Amino acid sequence: MIAIGITVALTELLGSFGLSGGLLSVITYTILAAGTFGLLSVLALFLVWWERKVAGHMQQRFGPMRNGWHGWYQTLMDGLKLLQKEDILVATRDKVVFFWAPVMCCIAAFAAYIVIPFGDGLIVADLNIGVLYIMAITTFTVIALLMAGWGSNNKYALLGGMRSAAQVVSYEVPMVASILVVVLYAGSLSTVDIVNSQSGNFLNWNIFRLPFGPIAFITFLIAAVAEANRTPFDLAEAEQELVAGFNIEYSGMKFAMFFLAEFINLFTVSAITVILFLGGWHGFAFIPTFVWFFMKTFAIVFLLIMVRWTYPRMRVDQLMEFAWKVLVPITFLNIIVAAIFKHFGWYWEL
Amino acid sequence: MEFFDKIIELIVAAPGIIFTELSTRPVFWLLSMMMLVSGFLVVTLKNIFHSAIYLILCLFSVAGLFILLQAEFLAAAQVLIYVGAVAILMIFAIMLSTNVSGNKRMTTQNGLPVSIISAVFALGTISFIIMTKLNVVIKNPEGVITKGLWIGSKGELPLDNIMLIGKYIMTEYMLPFEVVSVLLLASMIGAIALARKERS
Repeated sequence: MIAIGITVALTELLGSFGLSGGLLSVITYTILAAGTFGLLSVLALFLVWWERKVAGHMQQRFGPMRNGWHGWYQTLMDGLKLLQKEDILVATRDKVVFFWAPVMCCIAAFAAYIVIPFGDGLIVADLNIGVLYIMAITTFTVIALLMAGWGSNNKYALLGGMRSAAQVVSYEVPMVASILVVVLYAGSLSTVDIVNSQSGNFLNWNIFRLPFGPIAFITFLIAAVAEANRTPFDLAEAEQELVAGFNIEYSGMKFAMFFLAEFINLFTVSAITVILFLGGWHGFAFIPTFVWFFMKTFAIVFLLIMVRWTYPRMRVDQLMEFAWKVLVPITFLNIIVAAIFKHFGWYWEL
Repeated sequence: MEFFDKIIELIVAAPGIIFTELSTRPVFWLLSMMMLVSGFLVVTLKNIFHSAIYLILCLFSVAGLFILLQAEFLAAAQVLIYVGAVAILMIFAIMLSTNVSGNKRMTTQNGLPVSIISAVFALGTISFIIMTKLNVVIKNPEGVITKGLWIGSKGELPLDNIMLIGKYIMTEYMLPFEVVSVLLLASMIGAIALARKERS
C-alpha cells in the first residue's frame, strides 16, 4: 500500500498534533473514510434525483417538481420519509441474514472507493492490486443480494437473488477480460498507474487506442451495467415478474440502504470506466483535476441513465447467451489483438 | 517435549516475527480470531445456509491475513475466486436443493474416528512443515536476526510482487501453470458434458 497525496497530507497534519504510530494511521483512515462516506451519500441523493428527472423527461413528463426548484430536494424528503417508516419484519424471516444483507450491500458499495482516485492525489490508498481489488470487493454485493433473497423467505426475493448471482458471475468474465486490455497497456493493476499511463494528449486515453480500445470500452460498459443490475440487465428486480425482486420484503431504512448502494454502484462503475478508458483525472491544465474526473464520470452516469430508460429488459436465457456466446469470445479475441499490437509496438504515445 | 515447546513458542512469537510493525499485530489477532470462530461455526451450525455465509467470512479473513503478509495479489485472488465464485455457487446449490431451510443437516456419517484421524494427519503435516523450516534465519530491515517460519519472510517484500508472480508463472513455473489450466478446462468440459447428458 502506497499512501499518496491527501493521505500523506492528512498524516502529516495529524502528526504535527503529536500523534504517531498505529493510532495515527487509524485516525487518518477514519477521517478519510468518513469524508468519502459523506461525499458519496450526497452524491447518491443527487443521482437519485437526476435519474428521476432524466427518466421523466425521456417519458414526456417532468419528474419531481414540488420540493424546491425542479424538485431538487425531493430525494432528501424521500430519505426522511423512509426514516420515519415502520420497519416491517416478516415473521418467517431468517433474522441474522435478513438484518445483515443491506449492511453488507452498503459495505461492498463503499469499500470500492479506497482505490478510486477522484483527482491527482485524491485517493485514500494506492493499492498495487487496485482494479483487482475493486473486482474482488464488489462480489460482496452479490452475496448481499443472495442473503437478502434467502433471508426474506419469499419466493420472489429468492428468485431475484439467484438471478442476480447467475448474472454477475457470468458478466464478471467479460468485465475482467476487458480490464485486462487496459492492464496490458498500463503494465500495472494500480488505478493511479493506469490513469498516469493515459496522461498527456487525450489521444492517449485507452478508448482511443484503435482498434481494440473502443471494443474493450463497449464490452466493459455492457458488463458494468450488468454488474450494477440496471436495465436492460435488471432481472434481479424485474418488477413485472418478481414484484420487486430481492428487496421485496424490505422497508424503511433497510430498503433505503439497498437503494443507496444501488446508486453508489452506478457511480462506481462510471468512475471505473473513466479511470480505465477516459484518462481519469487528466484534462486541460487550467481546470482542477477533480473537476475533470467528476465531469467525465457524470457524462458516463448520464449515458447509463439514458440506456436504462431506453432499452427493454432482456430475458434470462438471452442474458446468459449474450454473456457467454457474444461478449466472452469478443473480449478474449480483443485481448489477443491488443497483445499483438503491444508486442509489435503499433500504438502511439503522444 | 522440546517439539511442543518450540511449537508454542513459535505460535506466540509468530505475529512478532512476521509483522515488524506494531500496529498490524491487533489486526492479525482480530483476523485470526475471525477466521477460527467462523471456521468453527461453519462445521457446527445446523443451518447449512448460515454455514455458507460463515465460510465466506472465514475465507475473507484468510484474504486479510494474506494482505498482512504483503501478498495482495493472493488476497484479491482469494476473494475473487473463493468468495466471488466458489462460495456463490455453493449458495446457489444450497438454494436449489430441496431441503433449503432444513434443520436436519445431511452429513456423510464419517463419525468421530475418521475426523480425529484426519485432524491429526493435517496437524502433523503442518507441524512437520513448520519444524523443517524452523531453522531458517531471517534478517529484518533493522538487521535483527531471528528464527523464521519460512524462507519467503525476509522482511519487506518487493512492492511489485504482482509483476514477479506474472514473470514466474510465464517462465519458471510455466509447466505447472499450463497443467492446472488444462485440468480446469477438462473439469469444466466434463461438468458441461454431465449436465447435457441429463437433459437428453
